[in-house]
Amino acid sequence: MADFDEELDASGLNCPLPILRAKKTLAKMDAGKILHIIATDPGSVKDFEAFARQTGNELVESKEVGGKFEFLIKKA
Amino acid sequence: MEEKKLAIIATKGSLDWAYPPFILASTAAALGYETEIFFTFYGLQLLKKDLDLKVTPLGNPGMPMPMGMEKWFPTLLTALPGMEAMMTSMMKKKMASKGVASLEELRELCQEAEVRLIACQMTVDLFDMDSSAFIDGVEYAGAARFFEFAGQSDICLYI
Repeated sequence: MADFDEELDASGLNCPLPILRAKKTLAKMDAGKILHIIATDPGSVKDFEAFARQTGNELVESKEVGGKFEFLIKKA
Repeated sequence: MEEKKLAIIATKGSLDWAYPPFILASTAAALGYETEIFFTFYGLQLLKKDLDLKVTPLGNPGMPMPMGMEKWFPTLLTALPGMEAMMTSMMKKKMASKGVASLEELRELCQEAEVRLIACQMTVDLFDMDSSAFIDGVEYAGAARFFEFAGQSDICLYI
């Protein structure tokens, strides 16, 4: 996993909380910074793809690690 | 990116039906939508400071119940005293165990994200509701106010 600037552990949270927490965290970050998100909600995979497409923040990486879902999002 | 708009009418006041308006509104706000929810009739229960919402299996054959009860438990018995309280408590526990947000939390997130909450003034009058029982930050208005925003919305939902 590449370097990141902020981390958000959304493990155990269900829709739509991972997205809402991510949005909140991104709001405090500067453009170009990378947010690392950990989630356990399987729906978050498609949701973060859609979130990135609609908000313009780039989904740099999306992968499953040991039953958890990890994302890297670059703030636009 | 041009800001999209979402208008929702929330008409139901049960625990289960309280979720869709708040989930959709908070998510839309996170995606950059300008969002308004117009609460009318039983939907006004969702604006109470003290949320005391319930869920009932009565007249709801689609509601999954513990031990597959929806398949064998006689419908009439779901009207027994205590059934509603029991199902409400079980539903709340289930939601908490699955990491589903509480309604209070989702509602707060909506307000933080500047989702506008509008209470139908006519319903408040009709049911003699006390506006001091409602949370702060609610606007009181009528149908014309709803259309002002809904008319320019990209998505309009009746829930």
